[in-house]
Amino acid sequence: MSGLSIENISMRFDLPNGTSVQALQNVSLDIRQGELLSVLGPSGCGKTTLLNIVAGFLAPTEGRVVLGGKPVVGPGPERGMVFQQGALFEWMSVRENVAFGPNMKGMPKAESAGIVDHLLDVVGLRDFKDKAVYELSGGMQQRVALARCLANDPEVILMDEPLGALDALTREKMQGLVLKLWKETGKTIILITHSVEEALLLGERLLVMAPRPGRIHKEYRLPFADMGVDADLRDVKKTEGYAETREEILTMIWNMEEEIMGRTEAAS
Amino acid sequence: MTIALIYVAIFIAAFVAVRATGRFVERQRDFTSLKTVTFGDESAVRPNRIASIISVLAIFLIWGAFTGSKITPIHAPGPFLGETSFTYTAQAPDLSTDEGVVRVNVHRVGEDAAKPEGADGGEGFAKDDAASVAAWRSGLIRVDRNDVGGDAEGYKVIAIDGQPIAPGETVKLADGTVTMTPKGTLNFSPDPGWQMEKIWLPAPEDVWNRLIEIGTDGYRGFTLWEHVGWSLMRVVAGFALGSAVGIPLGYAMGLSNWFRGWFDPIVEFMRPVPPLALIPLVIIWFGIDETGKIVLLFLAALWIMTIAARAGVSGVNITKIHAAYSLGASKWQILRHVIIPNSLPEIFTGARVAMGVCWGTVVAAELVAAEKGAGQMIVAASKFQLTDIVIMGIVLIGIVGYGIDILMRLAENWLVPWKGRS
Ligand SMILES: Nc1ncnc2c1ncn2[C@@H]1O[C@H](COP(=O)(O)OP(=O)(O)OP(=O)(O)O)[C@@H](O)[C@H]1O
Ligand SMILES: [Mg+2]
Repeated sequence: MSGLSIENISMRFDLPNGTSVQALQNVSLDIRQGELLSVLGPSGCGKTTLLNIVAGFLAPTEGRVVLGGKPVVGPGPERGMVFQQGALFEWMSVRENVAFGPNMKGMPKAESAGIVDHLLDVVGLRDFKDKAVYELSGGMQQRVALARCLANDPEVILMDEPLGALDALTREKMQGLVLKLWKETGKTIILITHSVEEALLLGERLLVMAPRPGRIHKEYRLPFADMGVDADLRDVKKTEGYAETREEILTMIWNMEEEIMGRTEAAS
Repeated sequence: MTIALIYVAIFIAAFVAVRATGRFVERQRDFTSLKTVTFGDESAVRPNRIASIISVLAIFLIWGAFTGSKITPIHAPGPFLGETSFTYTAQAPDLSTDEGVVRVNVHRVGEDAAKPEGADGGEGFAKDDAASVAAWRSGLIRVDRNDVGGDAEGYKVIAIDGQPIAPGETVKLADGTVTMTPKGTLNFSPDPGWQMEKIWLPAPEDVWNRLIEIGTDGYRGFTLWEHVGWSLMRVVAGFALGSAVGIPLGYAMGLSNWFRGWFDPIVEFMRPVPPLALIPLVIIWFGIDETGKIVLLFLAALWIMTIAARAGVSGVNITKIHAAYSLGASKWQILRHVIIPNSLPEIFTGARVAMGVCWGTVVAAELVAAEKGAGQMIVAASKFQLTDIVIMGIVLIGIVGYGIDILMRLAENWLVPWKGRS
């Protein structure tokens, strides 16, 4: 096992009306194994596109993604994905959802049951094993999605705004859970978020992307994720440097948004 | 027309009455009852059960009232029955006139048709007459036959009950009307009243008695349950075959470019063709026995199920498919564990439609040609004007169709509890 490298990726969407959108341009990135990378950027800067390319749902127009020495050509179980919402299977119970990956691999029932029970304990859903997923709250559903991804033991976990649909309180608890799981399992995680706070708290390394064409604008290495593993996240926010970095990034993204607005206004 | 007005009147009266009394009835307290915006919020519109009950009662009331049924206390005026009479004024060739009395016995169809007494009485050349006419029918009365000089050239009837009449004209009497035919003969129609004749619309209890009778004795060599059972059997067989072919076909069309391209023109072309339009062709190809009917129902169900399955596949949320691939599922596993379960709600919706269409189609096909079946029963009965069997058959067809839909809905709730919850 080794890291994940994104090699000079460009992605162009050709639209039916003849125009095209340059969603990504020459994005290169090396992610070490066990790294927690958070990605920020204004809406439409290609974050989801980048993640979909890494997941193997999209083939880039140029460049390639290499994981552990092998180029990515399609989706695979070594790259697990946690979606914003709607990816659970309603026709299965919580337990069956979590056991989906192991079952598809043909793992014996007894063995997978052990994994499922353990993971449901970890995410605090032990008592909801046999519930239908539509009976759970949004936060609980995201914990099921996380457990389902972990049950498959992927090398890389890709998350596209996994906490975006949750309320502030649940979100904070889930952030703690993500940090805990990251430390315990040592997985490589790429986390896309809209929240600067979340990116700061969870990202060991933070990437700010710029739009049109989508590219990496700035990169940070941050100490907060490591601190947050054992500490209260609210205390982490009081750490020296946190507020300054947050303001800096907010201003940066704000300016980019302004620029986009200005450009569209000029165009129209 | 009158009936429609009466129905509207009952509708409004019941609404006003229930509104007035409802104020004193304790309202059901739940979440919906606390909603203040109900006009436009479809989920807050719940059927008023009292209205449903009154609605059904109103239908039976009108039905009973206009058929002279025993089950309803009030009735529309019935046809005139019993003895009535009118006078006619005849004019002899010498322009002298004389009056005669016509006594008419109006009786029920099929009952004793005795003519009243007193025929040939009276003074003068116009002799009295007697006739019997069935209610709702009319009868020619040859008043000239027994008149002295009735066959003479120039003899004619000029008035009825003092009202002048000429060929082609009609005179209204208290208990009926008299029309003079172009040849000068009188035609008496007793007052039909407002009620329907039995061969038009039998009373509810007649239909019920027929149901009991046919339920025990059968009709045309088959018991009632055989008739309905055969229809059902055809529907189930046709639907099962249609689903067995249509669902896999729909999946294939939802999953493969080639299948989609190959079958799209066929499905899109066949979909708007109503199955009823295929009946003649199916009879030519397969004859009128079971094969033909099952082929017809197969075709009726096939396109509906194909389209439902195709819609089920295209309705899969792409994130679910992506999630399954990322969890290491193969194509077959995704089909089996994601696409098929995800399409079940659509398939059930399609199945409900298909069952309804099949049931309607089987009845229509049996109307055209069959030995047994619910549709055959009513078409055979209609040839003998056994309207009570026809209505019984229609009611039964409605009940069975409704029953099928309820069963499908129960199965749906049981098998796809997640419907509409994603
Ligand atoms: N399937 C597609 N077809 C055409 N254009 C697309 C497609 N997917 C994305 N794009 C375009 O690519 C650009 C990047 O989209 P992407 O979804 O990656 O943005 P994002 O950074 O994830 O935005 P958000 O934060 O709003 O989720 C956008 O301009 C979008 O319009
Ligand atoms: Mg996105």
